[in-house]
Amino acid sequence: MTQRGEWLPSPLRGGVGGGGLPDDLPPTEKTPRPAASQPPSPRGGGLPGALTPYLAVFAGRFQLMLQYRAAAFAGFITQCWFGIIRILIFAAFYAGGSAHAPMTLSNAIAYTWLGQAFLAFLPWNADPDVTEMVRTGAVAYEQLRPVDTYAWWYARALAWSIARVLPRATLMAAFAVVLIPLVGLGEWGMPPPPNAAAAGLFAVSVMGMVLLSASITLVINIVMTAMLTDRGPSTLAAPIVNLFSGMVVPLAFFPDAARPWLRAQPFAGLVDIPFSIYFGGLSGWRAVGAIALQFGWTAALIVGGRIWLGRVMRRLVVQGG
Amino acid sequence: MGPLRLYGRYAAASIRAQFSYPGTLAMMIAGQFLVTVIEFIGVWALFRRFGQIGGWRLGDVALFYGLVSVTFSLADAATRGFDVFGSVFVKTGAFDRLLLRPRSTTLQLMGYELRLTRVGRLIQGVGVFAVGMALTGFQLTPAAMAILAFAIAGGVALFSGLLVMQATLSFWTVESLEAVNILTYGGEAAAEYPMNVYAAWFRDVLTFAVPIGCVTYLPMLAAMGRPDPLGAPGWVLPLAPAAGFLFLGIALFVWRFGLKRYASAGG
Repeated sequence: MTQRGEWLPSPLRGGVGGGGLPDDLPPTEKTPRPAASQPPSPRGGGLPGALTPYLAVFAGRFQLMLQYRAAAFAGFITQCWFGIIRILIFAAFYAGGSAHAPMTLSNAIAYTWLGQAFLAFLPWNADPDVTEMVRTGAVAYEQLRPVDTYAWWYARALAWSIARVLPRATLMAAFAVVLIPLVGLGEWGMPPPPNAAAAGLFAVSVMGMVLLSASITLVINIVMTAMLTDRGPSTLAAPIVNLFSGMVVPLAFFPDAARPWLRAQPFAGLVDIPFSIYFGGLSGWRAVGAIALQFGWTAALIVGGRIWLGRVMRRLVVQGG
Repeated sequence: MGPLRLYGRYAAASIRAQFSYPGTLAMMIAGQFLVTVIEFIGVWALFRRFGQIGGWRLGDVALFYGLVSVTFSLADAATRGFDVFGSVFVKTGAFDRLLLRPRSTTLQLMGYELRLTRVGRLIQGVGVFAVGMALTGFQLTPAAMAILAFAIAGGVALFSGLLVMQATLSFWTVESLEAVNILTYGGEAAAEYPMNVYAAWFRDVLTFAVPIGCVTYLPMLAAMGRPDPLGAPGWVLPLAPAAGFLFLGIALFVWRFGLKRYASAGG
């Protein structure tokens, strides 16, 4: 099922959940130009001084995106509904016999609610601001800023995704952790992690998920900047991300022979690794290894992406006048 | 010029416009196809593990899935004008111009855009349905084809009715209400599986409140020649898609009510 049409993000409108949820992003939003656009102090900057512009762009965009409360609420309602459909379907499959199921129904329910809560972390699109810059040619100005363009865009992508997820995940937690058990449907709510170790590893893995998601958004940004259009990359990103992250169906349900390969590819770190750690499907050293893989892919994408962006920006030819 | 010919002109203009960027169009269609096909790969993976759901096998579910996917892609392609009504027409005041023209507003909104990108989902739906036919041996007899055509027409009417209601709400809310997506995209997603797999309360919503089950599940049973496992009387099954037209009729009635209340929001 697809959530969102042009929700799909744009390709899905729908989107995942359906590949097509409605896109709730504001079409454009002006970037604040706070301290960020001032060159870092040449003397006595030190590390904190060097980080100032990136923290400023993060904070500015984070606060801005939090303003879109109606979009967050609509997203929350949509995600509750899709979560309910998915859970009812899982329940019907499990009712027919679960001898070959790789996880329990309770695990699948936890996985589904987490997937809906963190849906906005999925890197389906390029950053809409950068898309607009590429469309207008303003992307060339990015080279004039006395900051590292990769780090600048990365900070923006992080703020964008975290600010969109926070209100939705909070509402979803209130719904799945508090409200559903309160009305006496506890078995359909979100179960707690089995032990403190799982909870701790999950917290670390969520951080990995956030950093990985932003690094993939940057890859889409870079491909878009190189191609001067967002159509191709955004069209292809959504189906690949949905399938290989485990959003369509947990990766454990795919044939056993494919599982080692599926867990090793980078998109698994967006959904399957953190959520499997949550319910104990990945634990102990296997969980630690999966988290290491998550951070390893993130580091590789950041290093490779930064080199690639440098090349793209040097060869950039903008249109418009 | 009659309304039908006029709609033909609208559609032809929209199609020509989209073909002026053939590469982009092809890519968007391919994207729609891929996004919806991977959803079915998920269904396949679940059936490999579980074998059946509510007594249905993969081939059976593919038939239900393909039917609703075809229906929804057609409705989604044709109703763009109602979908963006709040943000594009009410908020900007552009709707005032439609009111000045000597044609019905519903015809003009239907003519707003015929979205060819939805062909991607249409291909997926037809493909999934063909998989279902191959797996189950389902035959497209003339009777089955008549029932399915009626089901598709009723389904397009139902989804269009939902979009008309969403647009009507924009008279009051100004913005397009995204929450209606839970009934359009969400309804489509729910109808991918036969209704008997769901809990009773959810099934009742999808049969009586928003009769998606009447335009997909019940007529598909009639076409397959299978009785309803939930016990709906046999004569109801092929006639159920009429509920979609009834729903559209109610939606258009509410639309006219909203239209009377409309006071321009533009500047």
